Amino acid sequence: MAGKMAGLMADFGHYTHAVVRGVPASLAKEALRSSQAEVDLAGARSEHEAYVQVLGTRLGLEVVELPADESLPDCVFVEDAAVVCGDTALITRPGAESRRRETEAMKAALKELNLNIVEMTDENATLDGGDVLFTGQEFFVGLSKRTNQKGAEILADCFKDYAVSTVPVLEGLHLKSFCSMGGPGLILIGSSEHAQKTLKIMQQMSDHRYDKLTLPDDLAANCLYMNLPNKGHVLIHPTAEEYPESVTVFEKLKDHMLIPVSNMEKAKLDGALTCCSVLITKRADI
Amino acid sequence: MTTEVGSETEVKEKAEESAAETDQSEKASEEAPEVTAAEGEEKEKDGKEGKGIARYLPTWLKKQKSQTSPTKEELTTRESDSKDAQEEDGPVPEVNGHAEEENEAVKSDQVKEKEAESHSTASADTEPAKEEKVEESAEKSPEETAVTEEGEGAEEEKKEQEGEGEAQGEEGGGEEGHTSIFQSPLRLVRKNKMKQAVCLVTLLDGTDFTCEVEKRAKGQFLFFKVCEHLNLMEKDYFGLAYIDSHEQKCWLDPTKEIKRQIRSNNWQFAFNVKFYPPDPSLLTEDITRYLLCLQLREDVASGRLPCSFVTHALLGSYTLQAEAGDYEPDQPRPLDNVGQLTFAPNQNKEMEEKILELHKSHRGMTPALADIQFLENAKKLSMYGVDLHHAKDSEGVDIMLGVCANGLLVYKDRLRINRFAWPKILKISYKRNNFYIKIRPGETEQFESTVGFKLQNHRSAKRLWKVCVENHSFFRLNAPEPPAKARFLTLGSKFRYSGRTQAQTRVASSLIDRPEPCFERTASKRSSRSLDGAPRISITEATSENGRDPHLDLLSDSKSPNRVHGDNIYVRHSNLMLEDHDKTTDEVLKHQASISQLKRSFMEAPPPSPPQPNQWEKRLTSSPAPTIRIQQQQQVSLEEEIASVLLSRHSGYCSAPPACCTPEPTLDADLTPGSTSTLAATEESAPQLEDVSAAENLISETKEPAKTAEVEIEETVVVQEVSIAPKPGLVSVTSPQEVAVEKEVVVTVETKEAKQESVSSESESEEEAEYHPNVSVSICHTQIPEEEEEEEEEKEEEKGVSVPDGPSLPAEVEEEEIEKKKNVEEEVEAKSNNDPITTQATNGHTLPEESGLAPEEEEEEEEEEEEEELKMNGEASVVEAEPRPLVICCSEPPVVKTEMVTISDTFAAQKTEIATKEVPIVHTETKTITYEAAQLDGNGDGEPGVLMTAQTITSESLCTTTTTHITKTLKGGLSETRIEKRIVITGDCDIDHDQALAQAIKEAKEQHPDMSVTRVVVHKETELAEED
Repeated sequence: MAGKMAGLMADFGHYTHAVVRGVPASLAKEALRSSQAEVDLAGARSEHEAYVQVLGTRLGLEVVELPADESLPDCVFVEDAAVVCGDTALITRPGAESRRRETEAMKAALKELNLNIVEMTDENATLDGGDVLFTGQEFFVGLSKRTNQKGAEILADCFKDYAVSTVPVLEGLHLKSFCSMGGPGLILIGSSEHAQKTLKIMQQMSDHRYDKLTLPDDLAANCLYMNLPNKGHVLIHPTAEEYPESVTVFEKLKDHMLIPVSNMEKAKLDGALTCCSVLITKRADI
Repeated sequence: MTTEVGSETEVKEKAEESAAETDQSEKASEEAPEVTAAEGEEKEKDGKEGKGIARYLPTWLKKQKSQTSPTKEELTTRESDSKDAQEEDGPVPEVNGHAEEENEAVKSDQVKEKEAESHSTASADTEPAKEEKVEESAEKSPEETAVTEEGEGAEEEKKEQEGEGEAQGEEGGGEEGHTSIFQSPLRLVRKNKMKQAVCLVTLLDGTDFTCEVEKRAKGQFLFFKVCEHLNLMEKDYFGLAYIDSHEQKCWLDPTKEIKRQIRSNNWQFAFNVKFYPPDPSLLTEDITRYLLCLQLREDVASGRLPCSFVTHALLGSYTLQAEAGDYEPDQPRPLDNVGQLTFAPNQNKEMEEKILELHKSHRGMTPALADIQFLENAKKLSMYGVDLHHAKDSEGVDIMLGVCANGLLVYKDRLRINRFAWPKILKISYKRNNFYIKIRPGETEQFESTVGFKLQNHRSAKRLWKVCVENHSFFRLNAPEPPAKARFLTLGSKFRYSGRTQAQTRVASSLIDRPEPCFERTASKRSSRSLDGAPRISITEATSENGRDPHLDLLSDSKSPNRVHGDNIYVRHSNLMLEDHDKTTDEVLKHQASISQLKRSFMEAPPPSPPQPNQWEKRLTSSPAPTIRIQQQQQVSLEEEIASVLLSRHSGYCSAPPACCTPEPTLDADLTPGSTSTLAATEESAPQLEDVSAAENLISETKEPAKTAEVEIEETVVVQEVSIAPKPGLVSVTSPQEVAVEKEVVVTVETKEAKQESVSSESESEEEAEYHPNVSVSICHTQIPEEEEEEEEEKEEEKGVSVPDGPSLPAEVEEEEIEKKKNVEEEVEAKSNNDPITTQATNGHTLPEESGLAPEEEEEEEEEEEEEELKMNGEASVVEAEPRPLVICCSEPPVVKTEMVTISDTFAAQKTEIATKEVPIVHTETKTITYEAAQLDGNGDGEPGVLMTAQTITSESLCTTTTTHITKTLKGGLSETRIEKRIVITGDCDIDHDQALAQAIKEAKEQHPDMSVTRVVVHKETELAEED
């Protein structure tokens, strides 16, 4: 039966494919960042390699790796370029002008995967995938520096089955800079005041119940959750090296397969774990 | 004659005006005979009196009376001189209804209407008859309660009258004698004959059903006919819709005459789903699901229920499977079918291909299963069951308001920008074209706020309001609120949902005992449906800029500290409260003084050692105001304490009249007696929590720490009211105070009436109505996790608490119960102490029922079977004129089984956050302070009484949980009411303890000025994060 559910409320986290992109050399110097941190390119590359390896080799996803584009220093953060839900892919219009062209390669790749492509052509709309939290039952779109109401509207229009609620992103780059899904109905949330506030708003706006897992570090609340056949709940989370306190919290998720993946270098560029891939559920029968 | 007519109208109008001028508080002036009183005025008065007395009648009685109402029948026979006279019946309730009802009819209409009215009534012949009737109704004023039933219809009646007047012109005498302006009185007489009207009802499969009904038939008559035709038993989810003269789709009110609702003699209706069941799989019969499917197919095809391409295709494929059966590769037929059927607003070849492709995969699926699959998918759509209304926010920005099972949703351009769950809404009202909801204070606010929206016109506002009232009632209440009850505190429309609630209908469905009816699934003919042609509402684009603040129009409902506000839980009473607020300002001040006094002593008290509660011996001064104001007030946000305040009032005078004072019956008593026993939710045979501290203590340890420095606060307020019961052995008992209250209420109501009258003359100025979602009473058991519920039941069974269903012998039951409850109590206590977390989660809700600490049976009053009062505040028992037969008493079970009050889902989410084990919080700091006043006469512990009523009410806002537990017991002739209020506040900021305590006490005192505080327990628990 699950297979017949088609795009509607398919099993959450049941991904089959991942789209990633290489790390351009320009990342170290030119990629956008909110801090002045020095980025070690080699470190970033090896981290990314490990990340891709986990997705492909360890978890068995079919990984589509797009080549890096030197003219797009942020291109490794593919999440912002597209929002995929079911068999529909919304190609975004990233809030940062320098990143707009990142969508081209993404669009081509998703088309290749036979997804229904919806493009955000409205010039007043901006949307970064990092501001989109899909819970499996509904969308929350953070209104941030990078995402505006119009962008959220277009997303709502694109995914009509789901409620799309907007929440303000008071601090941080993206909505998912301090939260992500940790399982079906489980929201990982940072402990900062703004993160907690945002969570409250999300809870108020929702008809669904969510459990929450509060992490001491906001950035540690960004993890990649998957529910894979033969593997069950999988959580790719930051390493103990980065966030020792938070990792002890993850360790309490007994049902999850926990995979720590280092993200130290990319984190300097406000890139979190979800930022580096677009996960796709493709089904044979749909 | 014309002149005469004119004068009468004038006089009436004048009378109304004068009524309007009457000061609200001056009941006397109203009651005083007005010399100039025109007939109309007299009628008004009668109506009022009737209402006044009606209030003393239990609803079931009213209902009975109104049904068998001799007045009307007698009148009909007696005043046989003309139908016209009977026609006068209409205006009578109308007078009462006037105020409340929207006068969208607008003045011009009103004028017209008056013309019509006067024409129809002015004949000299009818005059005496009219007077006679007035007299009669004065005698039998209780009968006026019939008005209750129709009161709401007043508007429609009015309009209808007007409409009829208009229609007559159009009809040109084609049909029987209408009271046309041009018709002679003689002609009017002929109208007396029962006339039939032919109704055309469009069914969900697109076919029409015609049937004849009497012109005076009520909505439900037609509705039942349709359901009968459809062979539908689970009918409560459905309704009949009609298009009003403004091209708006309206629901036909089953309790009112059809012709008073429809316009222009247009007897066309559509049978539609009115309440979309959130979980269609819980429907009992396939035929019900089939009809729901038909509705949803239409919703989807028309675009009212938006969905994605894939979902369109999927739903379409199930439709195809259900209607056409298995895909047959040889036959090209299905493909043709696909082309003919409309599945989506923008159906194209691609979609049809997809539908066919999916259809193939459904091979072997029965139609019923296909329907189930269809519904399983449709119900997940975000707009499933959402009734959208166009509106504007305070800044004039176009938004949409969506009413659904869970509450009110606010959309702007397809985006959900806000949501108000029913439990968060304290009051729903409309005034002119404004629609307001008063919302419970959030974590940072002290006071409720009111959110206002502008609708296109007042008709839309009222329509939205009605939809809200109905949806709230259907989905959240266990039983509908009786309009009669509500009226005495409500301004404006007395409209209430009259059908069965979802809870009731589920019970009823479970009793359906028939083989699945055969029905034919016809290929849907949905393309053009008369009613669905009504402007389709979808979340459309609006122009405004991005980044709108999701909080719309917070009209800050700023209130002075003195003002008693907040009608959170005690919905109806809150209104009362607001009414006499002015009078009691002094009292409030006095209370505040005593509060500060208490606060001082509190401050001086030595800090208690954490786990052991300190007992204080201190009493608060109390001012004996006759009104019991039980009200949940603004909650102190982010306190760090748990404060419990027990208020008690003892008074020993005995004044109850020999007549029985009966607490009002459960709300649903008259509506669905059959299901009452199972449903009467809020009535729990609850304990009088003598050992409150036990309950309180648990709180201290609870709360799964999710975060550093999360704090939980709890406040418990127990109000005790003790009064002497009139006479043992009576069927019912009421405390004198309550009678007093009742009186006061009367005053209030009268005042209101005056106001309402003014409305009728002032036209729109007061078009408004309020509705207080009685969330607390109403929490549906649906929301309780199944397991928990079962557990609960088991537990109860274990303890052997007998659960009488339906009528049973009250006395026996009581005895049994009493014994058992004692045991239960012990258990509960034990449990509470051991299992803090559980208690925290369920405490407010289950505790009362479990700890049904019951009074001992030795009480002589034992046999007085006390009806449980559904009413939450334990206030205002209804004084009944005639003794109440035991049998009827029993129709409400003395004990209600699994009464559970749960938390609204949304906010519950916060409570279910990952359990402690997963959270890095370690230290907990706990502090408990207890204050206990001297018990007046040891009534507390020594002498258990007979439990009369008990209720638990839980309300939640974002970080506050308020649990109010009210028990009424009868001990040795004393009726005691204890109100225990517990407020748990969760937050992570520092809070001023003193202020929190003072606030809690103040609130308690303000809310129950006539009671005294007997115990205050402040408990603070701070969880500290590890700081390594």
